[in-house]
Amino acid sequence: MIRSFGYNEFLFLLSAVQWTLALSAIAFIGGATVGLFVALGRTSTIKPVRLLATGYIQLFQGTPLLMQLFLVFFGATVMGIDMNPWAAAALGLTLNASAFLGEIWRGCIQAVPRGQWEAASALGLRYPGLMRYVILPQAVKVAVPPTVGFLVQLIKSTSLAAIIGFTELTRAGQIVNNATFQPFLVFGIVAAIYFVLCWPLSLLSARLEQRYAAPAR
Amino acid sequence: MNYKFDFDAVLASWDYLLEGAWLTVQLSFGAMAIGLVVAILCALGKTSGPKPVRWLINAYIEVIRNTPFLVQIFLIFFGLPTAGIRLSPDLAALIAMVVNVGAYATEIIRAGIESIQKGQIEAGLALGLKPLQVFRYVVIKPALRTVYPALTSQFILLMLSSSVVSAISADELTSVANNIQSQTFRSFEIYIVVTAVYLCLALMFSALFAGIYRLAFAYDTDRR
Repeated sequence: MIRSFGYNEFLFLLSAVQWTLALSAIAFIGGATVGLFVALGRTSTIKPVRLLATGYIQLFQGTPLLMQLFLVFFGATVMGIDMNPWAAAALGLTLNASAFLGEIWRGCIQAVPRGQWEAASALGLRYPGLMRYVILPQAVKVAVPPTVGFLVQLIKSTSLAAIIGFTELTRAGQIVNNATFQPFLVFGIVAAIYFVLCWPLSLLSARLEQRYAAPAR
Repeated sequence: MNYKFDFDAVLASWDYLLEGAWLTVQLSFGAMAIGLVVAILCALGKTSGPKPVRWLINAYIEVIRNTPFLVQIFLIFFGLPTAGIRLSPDLAALIAMVVNVGAYATEIIRAGIESIQKGQIEAGLALGLKPLQVFRYVVIKPALRTVYPALTSQFILLMLSSSVVSAISADELTSVANNIQSQTFRSFEIYIVVTAVYLCLALMFSALFAGIYRLAFAYDTDRR
């Protein structure tokens, strides 16, 4: 039986937004934690560490996110771990985000002038203190706009979790569409919801970029 | 872990995989070529068109850049038939990719065009070049040269994101992988192999783009 698209269908889509947001939040927090280490590894003075971080970034940026999700999902089963789509999507997106954030933040760490490193080590600071009190606080300022921009990419990426069967916004759209068969309306609304989530972040990122970029020149 | 890897089933269908990879390459290059034309026209419209045109192009860019590619594919593949336009999965995939990459490339090329100084264009006109020649030699070529790295990495991202069109079962690499997977149940092996193929494709693309740069753009510039 074909249902028509009504208030209940709309509410179903809206309630799926919480899963899109939850997945984005987990992937961002996880990705930021791992990504910090990737960025530190990428800027390390120890060559093997640097190579390892570079390889990690290249691997994740050189392969499709969908394949990464499939590999996590099916790979876990192979290892004998019972992986549900929710955990697979969270883990896959976390790894992916960590590689992208690592590469973004590498640039920000390297944007801190050389003299700051030298001055800090001349003052007797060792690596942890040097990073914690001198380099990272300055790098964070540069990092905010592109990180907000990446958040937009991350929210959009969570739509791929629909393909491995996790019911977030896009999957909810598919489910509603299968019942109502009004694809233009349903996916139009889904797209509109994503737009409402992402556009403010895009604008914010652009504004922050202008504000932070101006005095540096 | 006592899982026994078995790549035989995967390697047995290597010709099928190759076909899929070939369609991925075709889709990517098709979308790049058409998308580049779309992007140049839109960038031109955005930098020097009348206000309504500029507004329209801006709306296009913002809508595409702030919605997921997967939803765009669904809108085109499932939505257009309700308007009476029926598309094969391959064609729908190509259109979705063009529409998507067009928006990103427009912003990149616009930045390139805006980096051309006004004096350059005036100098070109003063030398007796026709407006179209000025556009071709003075504006677009140096503009593309300036943004070449950003543009080509966008194209590689496009190739990678083409895996998403498997959701409407266009017969590209990921779809082929899904088919083999459902016949052999060797899911982990097949996706390892296909991921490696994507990685190789990405490396080949970036080598190719470097080659094109050397052929087309490696001329001397006196700006220093």
